[in-house]
Amino acid sequence: MQLTVGANQFFWSPEDWGSSYTALAAAPVDRVVLGELVCSKRLPFYQDRIPAAIETLSAAGKAVSVTSLALITLKRERKLGAELVGTGVDIEINDLSMLAYLPEGTSFSIGPLVNVYNEGSFAWLAARGARSICLPPELPIDAVRILAQLGRRLGVAVEVWGHGRVPLAISGRCYHARRQGRSKDNCQFACENDPDGLDVTTLEGQDFLAMNGVQTLSASFACVDHQIEVLQEAGVTGLRLSPHTGDFTAVCAQYRARIDGHVARGAVADALLAAYPDRHLSDGFLTGARGADWSGPLP
Amino acid sequence: MVMEIVCPAGTPASLRAAVKAGAHTVYCGYADETNARNFPGLNFDRAEMRAGIAFAHAHGAKVLVAINTFARAGAEPLWHRAIADAATAGADAVILADLGLLAHAAAHHPTLRRHLSVQAAAANADVINFYAATFGVRRVVLPRVLSVPEIAAINAEVEVETEVFVFGGLCVMAEGRCSLSSYATGQSPNMQGVCSPASHVDYHEDNGVLSAKLGGYTIHRAAAGEPAPYPTLCKGCFTTEGASGHLFEDPVSLNAETLIPQLAKAGVHALKIEGRQRSRAYVAQVVRNFRAAVDAQAAGKPMPEGMLARLTEGQAATAGAYKKTWR
Repeated sequence: MQLTVGANQFFWSPEDWGSSYTALAAAPVDRVVLGELVCSKRLPFYQDRIPAAIETLSAAGKAVSVTSLALITLKRERKLGAELVGTGVDIEINDLSMLAYLPEGTSFSIGPLVNVYNEGSFAWLAARGARSICLPPELPIDAVRILAQLGRRLGVAVEVWGHGRVPLAISGRCYHARRQGRSKDNCQFACENDPDGLDVTTLEGQDFLAMNGVQTLSASFACVDHQIEVLQEAGVTGLRLSPHTGDFTAVCAQYRARIDGHVARGAVADALLAAYPDRHLSDGFLTGARGADWSGPLP
Repeated sequence: MVMEIVCPAGTPASLRAAVKAGAHTVYCGYADETNARNFPGLNFDRAEMRAGIAFAHAHGAKVLVAINTFARAGAEPLWHRAIADAATAGADAVILADLGLLAHAAAHHPTLRRHLSVQAAAANADVINFYAATFGVRRVVLPRVLSVPEIAAINAEVEVETEVFVFGGLCVMAEGRCSLSSYATGQSPNMQGVCSPASHVDYHEDNGVLSAKLGGYTIHRAAAGEPAPYPTLCKGCFTTEGASGHLFEDPVSLNAETLIPQLAKAGVHALKIEGRQRSRAYVAQVVRNFRAAVDAQAAGKPMPEGMLARLTEGQAATAGAYKKTWR
């Protein structure tokens, strides 16, 4: 089972953004997706660092993909999407608009924000050129199993959301800006001080969601530590790890050790809870009654 | 040209009421997980759909069948049968969101008109033209993330018809791309056709304060005498860094009736009313108002204003993303 690091969902300083990829070059991961997923207004801050990051990661033997935005609406966002084509780097599609720009016969990857719920969508995308598909995080294990088997028959890699706050929704409205009484067009980068997203609790103080500009995520960190054997048996070929602050290279190494059988079930979860004592974990979309559920022992 | 009014019907009685009240078109779905309003007691069985379509056609109205959830892996035949049965029943179009279902319908029912559901969240001209060229989609229901000038710009670049929501429930997230409900309850719009389902709602009263929970999460608290809106997740009251409020959206619903002239000018073909879960009396009243409005618009007469205010959820309404400041 391979490890893919997904695009950073948050707004980091250009320096932190750049150094995170330098660190990832030494991490035991197979593939790295980078670029802006959530908000086109963030991209100009670090865009000039993308080529160097690709070079560093490629030189370290990682497969590299560049993501599209998750929601393409504006003219400059369409232009940005069209310009990704032809750079020679694999494109991870997270908005189907990209299919309007990619010529037939070009291969591509599908990211977790494209709705691939069934065999028909999967097979259609495979025929159009998808070589790797990260399934939507809300898919239950029964669906994952069916699509992983189809992926094996069609020669398409199948990834499952493995680690990090789960992307739950994308909007035209920026909630970070709204909170400050501003609109998206005049956001003044209200999201820049929340490198893991802003915690959203219930009125009773229960952890629930996280705000990240136009995106809404789970408060919990997804962690598939207790599902590794189930996912391997299902035929899943890769885990998607989503970057957060802290020692993310160490997090990648823990998942690697767990997959390779060097540490026992539960070791990754224990290490995560030790490193992020304020967080809780979830894996409920796969086998629970609801997404927020956790199949491991409660602290 | 009169803009087409597209009305919801959750029951055969609502369908007849909508047609009699002047709906040009009615949309409805089968009573299962193939449609995005899969609520108990709603929607049509096969015989009801055939009769409903015959009734509408006899009165000069059209019927669109919404098959707009994402087919469940291992159960695609349920969705394929819905498309085939809609075709046989004489539906004027099917409303689809799923790539696989669009490809299936285009291949197996080429003469059945295909509309792209709002659940596909096609938010720019390039992707709309892709759906038109690839799957022969003839009309696109635009996601509720676009302003009126953006809708006008899209219409200038696409050949297909566009349909926009003008009244009723308002998703604040891009439709078809939201798992908030399944995170809290295990039931999602994309998979089960439900959002914030009543089966997972719980009310508790403590010292006169009524708490509404969804999947165990408190979504609202209302003191005695305060309105207690239904706990739809994205319209709940939450806390960040000590400050509480409706962080995503207030408990409002959409009312864009005053924007009809601008939407007409923007080249919008059809106006859609949300609410298959609503009563036939509600549907009939909303239809009558919007029919009067589009007829006035086409005749160059002033818009009848504000008639629908008391039908909106929680008595508060918004023009949503149609006004750019909403974002």
